[in-house]
Amino acid sequence: MEITPTHYMLLSAALFIIGVVGVMVRRNIIIIFMSIELILNAVNINLIAYSAQQQNAVGQVFAIFVIAVAAAEAAVGLGIILAFYRNKETINIDEMNLMRW
Amino acid sequence: MRYIWLIPILPGIGAAINGLLGIRSFSRKTAGIVACTMMTAALGLSLFAFWQLLGLPADARAFDYNAFDWIPNIPLETTNGVGLFHITWGFRLDPLSGMMILIVTGIGTLIHVYSTAYMADEPRGGVARFFCYLNLFCFFMLMLVLGNNFLVMFVGWEGVGLCSYLLIGYWYEKKSAADAGKKAFITNRVGDWGFVLGVFLIYMTFGTLDFRAVQNAAALMPIEHVHFGVLSFICLFLFVGATGKSAQIPLYVWLPDAMEGPTPVSALIHAATMVTAGVYMVGRNAVLFSHAPQVMLVVAIVGVLTAFMAASIGLVQYDIKRVLAYSTVSQLGYMFTAMGVGAFSAGAFHLMTHAFFKALLFLGSGSVIHAMGGEQDMRRMGNLRKYMPVTFVTMMIGTLAIAGIPPFAGFFSKDEILFRAFLSNKFIWVVAVATALMTAFYMWRLMAMTFFGAYRGPAWDTAHSADVAVAADHCVKHPADTQAHGQAAKTSHEVSHGPADDHSHQSSVVSHDDHGGGHGHGPWHGPHESPAPMTFPLQALAIGAIVAGLIGIPAAIWPGGNAIEHFLEPSFTAEHHVAEHGVGAESASPAGETHAVAETEHETEPQVSRLEEIGLMFFSVLIAVAGIATAQKFYVTSPEISEQWKERWAGAHRVLSHKYYVDELYNATVISGTFGAGKGLWAVDRNVVDGAVNGAGKLTVVGSWFSGLTDRTVVDGLVNLVGWVVQESSLAFRRFQTGLVQNYALLMLFGIFASVGIYLLLLAR
Repeated sequence: MEITPTHYMLLSAALFIIGVVGVMVRRNIIIIFMSIELILNAVNINLIAYSAQQQNAVGQVFAIFVIAVAAAEAAVGLGIILAFYRNKETINIDEMNLMRW
Repeated sequence: MRYIWLIPILPGIGAAINGLLGIRSFSRKTAGIVACTMMTAALGLSLFAFWQLLGLPADARAFDYNAFDWIPNIPLETTNGVGLFHITWGFRLDPLSGMMILIVTGIGTLIHVYSTAYMADEPRGGVARFFCYLNLFCFFMLMLVLGNNFLVMFVGWEGVGLCSYLLIGYWYEKKSAADAGKKAFITNRVGDWGFVLGVFLIYMTFGTLDFRAVQNAAALMPIEHVHFGVLSFICLFLFVGATGKSAQIPLYVWLPDAMEGPTPVSALIHAATMVTAGVYMVGRNAVLFSHAPQVMLVVAIVGVLTAFMAASIGLVQYDIKRVLAYSTVSQLGYMFTAMGVGAFSAGAFHLMTHAFFKALLFLGSGSVIHAMGGEQDMRRMGNLRKYMPVTFVTMMIGTLAIAGIPPFAGFFSKDEILFRAFLSNKFIWVVAVATALMTAFYMWRLMAMTFFGAYRGPAWDTAHSADVAVAADHCVKHPADTQAHGQAAKTSHEVSHGPADDHSHQSSVVSHDDHGGGHGHGPWHGPHESPAPMTFPLQALAIGAIVAGLIGIPAAIWPGGNAIEHFLEPSFTAEHHVAEHGVGAESASPAGETHAVAETEHETEPQVSRLEEIGLMFFSVLIAVAGIATAQKFYVTSPEISEQWKERWAGAHRVLSHKYYVDELYNATVISGTFGAGKGLWAVDRNVVDGAVNGAGKLTVVGSWFSGLTDRTVVDGLVNLVGWVVQESSLAFRRFQTGLVQNYALLMLFGIFASVGIYLLLLAR
């Protein structure tokens, strides 16, 4: 069976849904971060799939940019988590409500 | 004669020197010398001017000198359309003012000399102040008599009033003296009000204030026999002014109190010169007055009543200066009687003789007071002729002169007045004769109580009585005493009585023993003759009191006599010749004729024979002798009679002692009325004016309270409402901000789904 763009789209959508649900429902910030990575990678799959189909390298270049940005985001995010943990002794996201009224 | 402006200026300079420099730095002697020098110079100049005046022909004896334009032309409304109000500072020398300047400078000089000794016990600055005022007085008085229009005269008129006030209140630490000064000033103010109204009316009627022009214009107007026209009103107002200055009913009350001043002041201002200003003013306006016969009658009646009333009060007074003060009021009444019956020159003649003998009597009384160490009560004197012969003799001459014994001065002038009064109105003559009787009586009573009988004064240190002989010299040369001593002497020196005091027993309260003597130079050594600077003026005035009358010997006994009347006559009539300045030249000749008619009519009214005139003369001498004889019997030969009479006529005596209760009457009516009106106005001020102001304030307070209320409720309420709404709504809205990131993300997700859903379902179709 030949692998068509539809398959890639379905994979990407599944991965995206898993990531979004992970962000919404999990309480551990690390897990949330990992879910965000899933969302980003779902996007990457989409980009590369279309790049291959269109025979256009721009999509792949874009995916590399997304990976770079995700790496930077992960570094910053992990720094914040570390700082938060030092203050609060927890990484439960429900405890992160300092910006409330 | 252009130099006549110097005559008033000289004493003015003296006043300036003494006032600006003297009070600070002059010794008593220097101050006296400056003042006396200026007065002597003025006297010399006056004598020279008078001599030149005599050199002129009789009908040309008038000289005007306009020093400078005082008030330049100002258009002012008169009854004859708009006139130009133009006043020059002009002087006029004519027989009347010539006589007056001789009196003022002559007697003034003598009194200045007298004052150098009399005031020697005053503190140094006080003497300079005294001489400054005295010179200033002479300046204003000379201005008054020399001015050639009403306004210059008015300047002098007010100026002498001021100096009178200053000098009466010279011992201003003493309340009675300060009060007397105020009383004199305020009473004079009432008279000045009349004078000013008269001057206004003169300008309104004639359009000028120049004496000569007014006289010439008035001479053309008809004599107001029946109707009370504008001339009558002018004269009435001027006479009101004269009653103030010359102490006539009803404004005479200030003069007796004016005796609080030093005695030389009483002699100069309140006997010889200032108080005669009213008489002079009436004489100066003789033409106006002779055109208002009804006012003339008023003048005569007021004059003779004043003469009678004052003389009767003088009968029972015990204060030596008060007797003389009432005598002065009485004699001034005589002068006004003369003016009122048309005998202007007789009045002016009496003015002159009176100046001599009254100044003499006052200075003599000052000498007595000086000798008695400040005592003024005649009951504490007696037998002083033994101690002070010069004062006694000179005062005796003055007494005989005022009583009307020939050939002393008073006889001729008073007899002339009585004679003219006899011709004019028998009632006035009877009252005047009664007054003459009383005059002789009270003057002899004064002499008897002071110089005759037994000595009743306080005892003195007999151990030093040998000094009495040298005390006269001692007095002048005593060393400059300390300030404090002079002050002590001042407080009790010349203690007189307050206006409302009872004189019959008040004097005993006054203590004269506390300071030993009035001289401030050691203990009082008993009565003694005064020093030479005091006795010299007495002698000079005594000579005047003897001979001054001779220029007015009636024609009835000396053919070609009554020189004074012929000399003064031109001053009392309008001009008969064309004026030097050509002013009013066209009106001069008819004026002269009309007035000549008026004059002859006046003089030829009732003719009496020469025999009758001489008979009247004998009668008046008889009256005078009778008065003297009665007083001699009452107070010298059998003093008990006077006591019996005092008891028998106790009521009358009490009324006279209280001066007819006139002061009390004025206190009860005018003074308390003024106070009441003042209080009433004050109440109006406090209730109405202050009430309006306070009401406005209260209104503002209430208005601003409402304004504040609006501000607080409406404006603040709106602002608070906005805040409240925001606050309350925020309670609901803040629930959205949970601070939980996953909530936000969920919402975002819903939003995206909704947006995408809407897009896909509705728009992308």
